[in-house]
Amino acid sequence: MLARFIVKRLLGAIPTLLILITIAFFMIRVAPGGPFDADKTLPPEVQANLDAKYNLDQPLFTQYLNYLGSVLRGDLGPSFQYSDFTVNELIAEGFPVSIQLGASALALALLFGVLIGTTAAWYQNTRLDYALMGTAMTGIAIPNFVLAPILILIFAVYFGWLPAGGWGNGELRNMVLPVIALSLPYMAYVARLTRGSMVETLRSDFVRTARAKGLPEWKIIGKHSLKVALLPVVSYLGPAAAAILTGSVVIEQIFGLPGMGRYFVQGALNRDYTLVMGVVIVIGLLIVLFNLIVDIVYALIDPRIRYE
Amino acid sequence: MNASAPAVSRFDHAAAASGRSLWQLAWLRLKRNRAALGAAIVLGFIVLLVTFGPILSQYSYSEPHWDSISAPPSLETGHYFGTDSIGRDLYVRTLYGGRMSLMVGLVATGVALLIGVAWGAIAGFVGGRVDNLMMRIVDILYALPFMFLVILLMVVFGRNILLIFVAIGSYIWLDMARIVRGQTLSLRQKEFVEAAEALGVRSWVIIWRHIVPNLLGIVAVYVTLTVPKVILVESFLSFLGLGVQEPNTSWGALVNNGAQDMEFAPWGLFFPAVLLAATLFCLNFLGDGLRDALDPKDR
Repeated sequence: MLARFIVKRLLGAIPTLLILITIAFFMIRVAPGGPFDADKTLPPEVQANLDAKYNLDQPLFTQYLNYLGSVLRGDLGPSFQYSDFTVNELIAEGFPVSIQLGASALALALLFGVLIGTTAAWYQNTRLDYALMGTAMTGIAIPNFVLAPILILIFAVYFGWLPAGGWGNGELRNMVLPVIALSLPYMAYVARLTRGSMVETLRSDFVRTARAKGLPEWKIIGKHSLKVALLPVVSYLGPAAAAILTGSVVIEQIFGLPGMGRYFVQGALNRDYTLVMGVVIVIGLLIVLFNLIVDIVYALIDPRIRYE
Repeated sequence: MNASAPAVSRFDHAAAASGRSLWQLAWLRLKRNRAALGAAIVLGFIVLLVTFGPILSQYSYSEPHWDSISAPPSLETGHYFGTDSIGRDLYVRTLYGGRMSLMVGLVATGVALLIGVAWGAIAGFVGGRVDNLMMRIVDILYALPFMFLVILLMVVFGRNILLIFVAIGSYIWLDMARIVRGQTLSLRQKEFVEAAEALGVRSWVIIWRHIVPNLLGIVAVYVTLTVPKVILVESFLSFLGLGVQEPNTSWGALVNNGAQDMEFAPWGLFFPAVLLAATLFCLNFLGDGLRDALDPKDR
């Protein structure tokens, strides 16, 4: 059952990825300007040689098919800008940074979001609830590219506790500020979601039954209610992961981290076709895979959902 | 209906006094929600400030003043929010940036509204294979990393304000289409639609006259929650240097510039960041309040 569900969902992801590759490929190719535009124009022979090397001299559609073929074989081609590297190498370099950043941010958002949301629901309509939810609303309203410079200003410039940027070898102290800046808005959103569904769950009959049985309050919340109340949070994880990967572009830029997001912006500005396409494909793939995992988890914790 | 006449007339009196339409009820409930009302008032103030505020200053948004570079805020010089690194008045620039951000928010939401409502209402109303196909398209588009495509679009076709509207609007309509379709599916079953069909009203007239007006509640909520999202996306693009072009500006671009000089001129970051956050905060609060006010479940 589960295996069939997974296979079906994986097959369903193929048109998505195909469309993604197609849109990105043609969009970047119809654009004016090319990867070898420089201040002085190259001699025509050199230009022709370059075009031939990167197959730019063939008809667009042939290039497209060639590209699709090599992507299927897992080869994302050579980078135009960093001519000594293949796109695979560049992405392999940036990928771990982005993933560490994104995964930590998502975990942090989930952990504290659920904690804060549950606390607020438990103290519903008290001052604590209002204070927590007011803060959460502020967290949602402050974009992470505003938050990041403020955090740098306070913790790196004034107090000097943490580095203002850079990755080092991925030490914890380099990660603290970017991860917090990246995760806070989503933490706030998760907190609001959790509070909302927790409040509803705590009003339901099975909670009343549990209370009537005399179960301790922590067990009612931690064991019985949380499982139900987390359903909307789980379904938010897909969009959240996509948003965090996107936000990572800005955060990597601000903190000067060598992740995929920075390659993407630089690559796009330099018309490094293959690099940009590579990043888009990898990110699209990540999002599709993550959504699949979320769907499976959802089906596992909610018995009402059947794998069709 | 007329069987229990006294009861009906008593009921009528009470109803006439309090008003019965969805919108009157919603307005009454919204007025009681202090947080939402407060948010609406602050928002109104920001809109007024952004619209008329620049008149109160002697400076223009684009003219550099080389004698006062990165000057701190001061009432005497008239640079209420200080100046930026080439001596432009930040008070006027912040308000101009606000105009841009709000305009992008409204126009792109408008685009999303048009496409989303039409798409969702048609899919939900026609149903069957058409619905399947239309929603499948939405699903596929939904799974794309759209922000990356938008960034690509901006880079490839240059920074053009019209393109920003279209790009953001064409991404944000997906949610709208889904919500509207769900709502249409349930409206489709209602007696008044059946009655209209039985009378031989054409499909598109039914959609326009009977379905769309009943969608207004949910659409209103959604619009209030979409505008801040769009403002955020535009700011994100401007922050990366892909949004509006100099000397024009938006809150995102101002925050970006402010962040670069924040160590010695924190006012450049402070004012646009606060206005941006306040606007997003108020719009979210207002949207939540509207949702509560229009929710027929807690009547």
